[in-house]
Amino acid sequence: MATVELSFTALPAHVRTARLVATAVARRSGVDESLLDEVRLAVGEACSRAVEGHQLYCPAEPVRLSLTDLAGRFEVEVTDTCAPFARSPGGAGAVAARPGADPAGSPPGAGARVPAGLGIAVIEGLADEVQISETAAGTSIRMSWPSAGGSR
Amino acid sequence: MDLKLDHHGKDGIEIVDVEGEIDVYTAPRLRELLIELVNNRFYQLVVNMEKVEFLDSTGLGVLVGGLKRVRAHDGSLDLVCTQERILKIFRITGLTKVFGIHDTVDEAIAARRAEK
Repeated sequence: MATVELSFTALPAHVRTARLVATAVARRSGVDESLLDEVRLAVGEACSRAVEGHQLYCPAEPVRLSLTDLAGRFEVEVTDTCAPFARSPGGAGAVAARPGADPAGSPPGAGARVPAGLGIAVIEGLADEVQISETAAGTSIRMSWPSAGGSR
Repeated sequence: MDLKLDHHGKDGIEIVDVEGEIDVYTAPRLRELLIELVNNRFYQLVVNMEKVEFLDSTGLGVLVGGLKRVRAHDGSLDLVCTQERILKIFRITGLTKVFGIHDTVDEAIAARRAEK
């Protein structure tokens, strides 16, 4: 069972809250202070990606975040539920379900954006371990960092 | 902390002061300001990020978009940043080669002048 689970409406304003919660739990789990900025940024990237996908395909569905203090590891999983909506007739295609893809593309009014997948590249550059998997529901990004553990 | 934006002219270059967090929620405001400046014919920009506490890939996208817009008018967009936590994301994404990144606003202005 996760140490802390968070489910939030897919709005950009809530991504900051998710970052703050993840950083607080990471600190309590014994993640080294020097790694907390990485946790904060990687979790923010994963949540931003999920929020943008949900806003495109399923705005009523919440984004889920689980933070788990394992033995010696702090693990974060961000899960979107875009896949069934992206694949549905009239949906924008199955892009959202492809690991490593940016499901958001260019949302209306986004202007010039960074190339698709840069958020994933940042996550891969920051997290100690990253696993991106596709489920029937959507994409799961699992990241982990070393921790002192034992603070559940 | 939310995002605070301000801008002023110095030696013919428009300095954009950014304070707070640039993320998926706040980045659109920075984007709008950069577009407004370009629309008002400010093509030489320096974005002062010394008081930026957080920057994600959405923010990077806005800066890249701003650079693209000023370059369309033979302009420039340089950054002022000395914070390691912010510089790290530029390094990870390879954008240190795309932006001129300076320690101070005066240094950014001097570097721009030297290139002219």
